[in-house]
Amino acid sequence: MFDEIAARIRQGKRTIAFPRGEPVLPELFRGLPAFGAGKCAAGCRRCMDACPCGAIEAGDGKPAVDMGKCLFCTDCAAACGTGGIGFSREHRIAASRRGDLIFRGGPPPEVLALGGDRGILKRSFKLRQVSAAGCNACEADVNVLNTVVFDLGRFGVQFVASPRHADGILVTGPVSRNMLLGLKKTWEAVPSPKAVIAVGACAISGGIFAGGEVMNGVDGVLPVDLYVPGCPPHPITILDGILRLLGRAG
Amino acid sequence: MIWRKARNCEAVPLAELEPAGFEEFREAVAAGVRAGFRISALFGCPERRLGGEEGRIRIFAALTDDFSGLVLLACSSVRESFQSLTPDCPQAHMFEREIHEQWGPRPEGHPWLKPVRFHDSYEGGRKSPEVGCADFFRIHGEEVHEVAVGPVHAGIIEPGHFRFQCHGENVHHLEISLGYQHRGVERALAGGPDRRTIHLMETLAGDTTAGHAAAYCQALEALAGRTAPPAALSLRGIALELERMANHTGDLGALANDVGYLPTASFCGRLRGDFLNMTALLCGNRFGRGLVAPFGSSFGLDGRMAADLTRRLDSTFKDVENAAGLLWDTSSVMSRFEGTGRISTEACLDLGIVGPAARASGVDRDVRRDFPSGVFRFVQIPVSTWETGDVFGRAIVRWLEIRRSAEFVRRVAASMPAGDRVAASAPALAPSAIAVSLVEGWRGEICHAAVTDRAGKFAVYKVVDPSFHNWFGLAMALRGQQISDFPLCNKSFNLSYCGHDL
Repeated sequence: MFDEIAARIRQGKRTIAFPRGEPVLPELFRGLPAFGAGKCAAGCRRCMDACPCGAIEAGDGKPAVDMGKCLFCTDCAAACGTGGIGFSREHRIAASRRGDLIFRGGPPPEVLALGGDRGILKRSFKLRQVSAAGCNACEADVNVLNTVVFDLGRFGVQFVASPRHADGILVTGPVSRNMLLGLKKTWEAVPSPKAVIAVGACAISGGIFAGGEVMNGVDGVLPVDLYVPGCPPHPITILDGILRLLGRAG
Repeated sequence: MIWRKARNCEAVPLAELEPAGFEEFREAVAAGVRAGFRISALFGCPERRLGGEEGRIRIFAALTDDFSGLVLLACSSVRESFQSLTPDCPQAHMFEREIHEQWGPRPEGHPWLKPVRFHDSYEGGRKSPEVGCADFFRIHGEEVHEVAVGPVHAGIIEPGHFRFQCHGENVHHLEISLGYQHRGVERALAGGPDRRTIHLMETLAGDTTAGHAAAYCQALEALAGRTAPPAALSLRGIALELERMANHTGDLGALANDVGYLPTASFCGRLRGDFLNMTALLCGNRFGRGLVAPFGSSFGLDGRMAADLTRRLDSTFKDVENAAGLLWDTSSVMSRFEGTGRISTEACLDLGIVGPAARASGVDRDVRRDFPSGVFRFVQIPVSTWETGDVFGRAIVRWLEIRRSAEFVRRVAASMPAGDRVAASAPALAPSAIAVSLVEGWRGEICHAAVTDRAGKFAVYKVVDPSFHNWFGLAMALRGQQISDFPLCNKSFNLSYCGHDL
């Protein structure tokens, strides 16, 4: 037992200050898209042509990025070569409305706090996670919220084993045909009032698998309340989205 | 002799690989396996895509010889059916089921020809049954009962279905039925490479982003007759070993959690993230997206980053050593680890088990040593093995590998080659050729086999994740165990669902 106590002291307190303090993100972190100050050359479509997911619309002078499709992969930035498109270090990119994920510059999208009868979920929010053909990257970075670093439990948010105990589901993956029934049954087993969170480009739009043997995401299968873009989203982005959905982050 | 001997990542013109008669092919594969070679890949490709006859399927075999480091290639051609290899050679069982499911030809005499992934066939219009609706192996008798688990599991994990045949607590047989994660990756890869290809590789199994991306890059570079610059190869090696340390550390924590030993579970949860953050230091993404790219990556490791990486690695490594050490020193943990979920050396050899699961059963095989490519040709990593084949063996092998990977990263980071990060231009791929690329991912051997058509596009791109070999190993490990030990045994393998389902 003394060994455990010594180890506990040695390993130290590791829970981050977020959301009170600013999160520590890697220097090369790829967050909210950023655009160059000037206008794009007329008719230039290099970023659009390079995008593996068709997330970019090379519009009139400025591109628009659909973050629901974007893999945050930098292929567009490399193709542009003039600094016209890239990524900022802004981690707050979750949204309540699918349309708000189409980003043309300006502030990050908005997350609306759950209201009405779902307002009661604010202080105790139990989630059932369903991986519907996720590649285990989104799953891993959702799971990491349970570690001492993020300590999700301190917000009254918890992942539970049974949908009967849950107030909502958090879905990852493009929703394979073979998981469609499992996903629907899980959702039906959750008592109302309830919410749906779609995490990752796959769950939002099918991501890189769109058009394959998948349903192209959760939309059209279940009513989504929160979209968290990324491939995979950083855990801080997921946590920030959940807290704002609960009306608990400034 | 029908074999064309090749090295890892050598492009072989299909002209040097004449299709053999199927009987000769079958005998050669069976004889090869009897001689100790492994089936790393056995897959089909429509002859039409190779300029051959409509309605026929070319079957390729890639056997690997761990001792000589050679990849043995051969092929044959079949129509509606062929005589199954599985009765003589159990390693072939999943591959033959896959060939039948994807392309149609029926392996006659296969002992359990069930769906692998439950999808409609890519040729011939065969419809798949509903997912999970299979003819499960059953035991009958008084008080024998069946336990069904999944596809949705009680945790943040991927879906799959497990069917146990039990007598009281005792598991007589576990059948694993997957396919829920099937996204049609191989179908999407055919006709490539294109702008989506590398991203499909990175998400084949998201926790093995570097592993699958590296295997793809090597295959592509082999077919293009061009290697990535030395700096890119070193970075690839670092990415692979960081990925291994992150996952192994996470697994040690998860094993501790499954026996209710919370200190290590808690510490390793954090420490796994520290390794992921080291990968993010290199490229901004915790899973290394974009870090490993064909012909080199725009990301690099300068002196300042290398110093930062080494400093973080040293600190995290000491904490992992401390957290893992608690496991070995705690008798209640050891009594749960030791003797649980044992799989014999013979079973590993017969089934072609790879990675830490094989090494924990005394099977001395590791692609990094046996088929070295990239930076592993210059900086060797000693192979870590154990003899017991139980949960403890699989845990201690992970810890030994973490130690050796940390040493490797320190060495490579301290001597990063100067020069370009990306090769000047990306040449076209050799037409009508095959390249087999092997990488030791953290779960074991990753095998990619790319076959190009006459235009130099992928006629078929075969992916064999280590989980494809190892899921059956988990089923074997459960035999005679208590069903309550399933989570622990499962975690000690920690296999990929999406890597299997593709």
